[in-house]
Amino acid sequence: MGQTIIEKILSSHCGRTAHAGEIVVARLDFIMGQDGTSPLAIRAFQEMDGQAVFDPDRAALVIDHSAPSPNEGVSALHKLMREFAREKGLHLFDIGEGVCHQLVPESGRVGPGSLVIGADSHTCTYGALNAFSTGVGSTDLAAGLISGQMWFKVPETFKFVCRGTLPPGVYAKDLILFLIGDVTADGVTYMSAEYTGGAVTALSMEGRFTMANMAIEMGAKAGLMEADDKTFAWLGQFTRRQFTPVSADPDARYAKIKEYDVSSLAPQVARPHRVDNVCPVDGVAGTPVQQAVLGTCTNGRLEDLRIAAGILAGRRVHRDVRLIVAPASRRIFLQAMREGIIQTLVESGAAVVTPGCGPCVGTHNGVPSDGENVISTANRNFKGRMGNSNAFIYLASPATVAASALTGQITDPREFVKQVTA
Amino acid sequence: MILAGRAHKFSDDVNTDYIISGKYKFKTLDMKELAKHVMEDLDPDFYRKVAPGDFIVAGANFGCGSSREQAPLAIKHANVAAVLAKSFARIFYRNAINTGLPVLECDTDGIEPGDELTVDPAAGVITNRTKGTVIPAKPLPPVMIKILNDGGLAAHFRKYGGFNFD
Ligand code: SF4
Repeated sequence: MGQTIIEKILSSHCGRTAHAGEIVVARLDFIMGQDGTSPLAIRAFQEMDGQAVFDPDRAALVIDHSAPSPNEGVSALHKLMREFAREKGLHLFDIGEGVCHQLVPESGRVGPGSLVIGADSHTCTYGALNAFSTGVGSTDLAAGLISGQMWFKVPETFKFVCRGTLPPGVYAKDLILFLIGDVTADGVTYMSAEYTGGAVTALSMEGRFTMANMAIEMGAKAGLMEADDKTFAWLGQFTRRQFTPVSADPDARYAKIKEYDVSSLAPQVARPHRVDNVCPVDGVAGTPVQQAVLGTCTNGRLEDLRIAAGILAGRRVHRDVRLIVAPASRRIFLQAMREGIIQTLVESGAAVVTPGCGPCVGTHNGVPSDGENVISTANRNFKGRMGNSNAFIYLASPATVAASALTGQITDPREFVKQVTA
Repeated sequence: MILAGRAHKFSDDVNTDYIISGKYKFKTLDMKELAKHVMEDLDPDFYRKVAPGDFIVAGANFGCGSSREQAPLAIKHANVAAVLAKSFARIFYRNAINTGLPVLECDTDGIEPGDELTVDPAAGVITNRTKGTVIPAKPLPPVMIKILNDGGLAAHFRKYGGFNFD
């Protein structure tokens, strides 16, 4: 019987041929923890009588969620992480280096066929590299650090076939928001998503990361795609390691297959307070916004900043809007500086914050006020997500966020995109 | 182990930000403190209303969102005995079992707020004493039963020094 991508990766890491529904204990290639989850994992590590980390080269801790620390409570937890990392010989990415889901791919440790766990739900992001990576909690993280293993139920797979060409001004973010709206927030629960089709292969690596990142918003365990030349070219910037691509067999069994033609897709927006509450931008155009956020592990990459800068160049952000920009990593920040993107964004009125999670999770860097509307490139708009349960979060592409920041209301970016490319 | 208490009802898609808001979770490892804010955005009085041994009863996709283990831990430290839902988000489901919070997948439509319930997590049987009905729960995979019986994953590791499902 043929296998899906995830069945193959799990098989190669548990020493036997595994199919959906089976429970396996698999070997881990990489393990990641961030500052919201690692402190509890360190406590669990101690409760487990953990001594050493199974292989310090295969794990890293990242301080990105509240970085730099906004208060003494967080400072104490950061200190705990730094001490643990030093003691166990683990690499720790400290404040200013970026958001975990950008840093792990940039580390060159993860590629096609890898099996990764991270104590963060958006760990599914590395599916863009043809890796099986999934989010776990702190206790699982500790167990992984000690044993180098994790148990998994081999999931069934939901295959998304996306054909056609995305129109100008419509991006990977719009596509994934559309898919989430279509299958809903639990449409892929307990399953793995496989993204295929010409519209997916046409995406840049940046766009693929965006697609994989949001798999969890449909409840998926992973959001995988095949590797191609683009994947290997991207990885080649960071590592000489050899990876073997993993593709699904032609006779692999899928729990579900859905086909889409993306050729007439419009920019999409997720309305408060659910990620699957999605409509074309027309449906909410004109809604006033007080804050705009460009960044996060979903859309804080160079291409995202470049698209936004293209729209904002030579213009001023609306006087009633605060535009906050958080590059996803220091490397991206530096590249954006070299290209003049940061200059353009700041001249337009943007406030640039430390590479990392920025205001995404509501601990610092731009908590909205009561009754305010935020338009953000992030992946979640749950009530209270940005630190105030009386605020309203709309999710959209970097282009839609930039256009809305200019006009002070949710705006279809296609007019601006046309001007930029004309 | 038989659990008995009253039902507190919630809807579908209760996410981890509702269970415990990110603004609290990053500040402290003091779970008693976090427990005071559990479910706060859905019901500001929840922590005061819940009696030790009560149940959270919800619709589909309970615990979706973040991987924060503070979510099941805060529920546990608010003295909630178990969570019953139509379905769970997978990371929350794992985290709950790993930290020793029983979670049961069952049809929760026939349970109303305040109903008196008895729950047998191992057998997967829920009795609604107010309505006089018996509700079957979906059995946990054997791996999870083993972890729960060992008292959570930390205790399992202390006992075996690693995963041991044989
Ligand atoms: S940017 Fe937001 S979604 Fe991504 S890891 Fe940080 S807090 Fe989580």
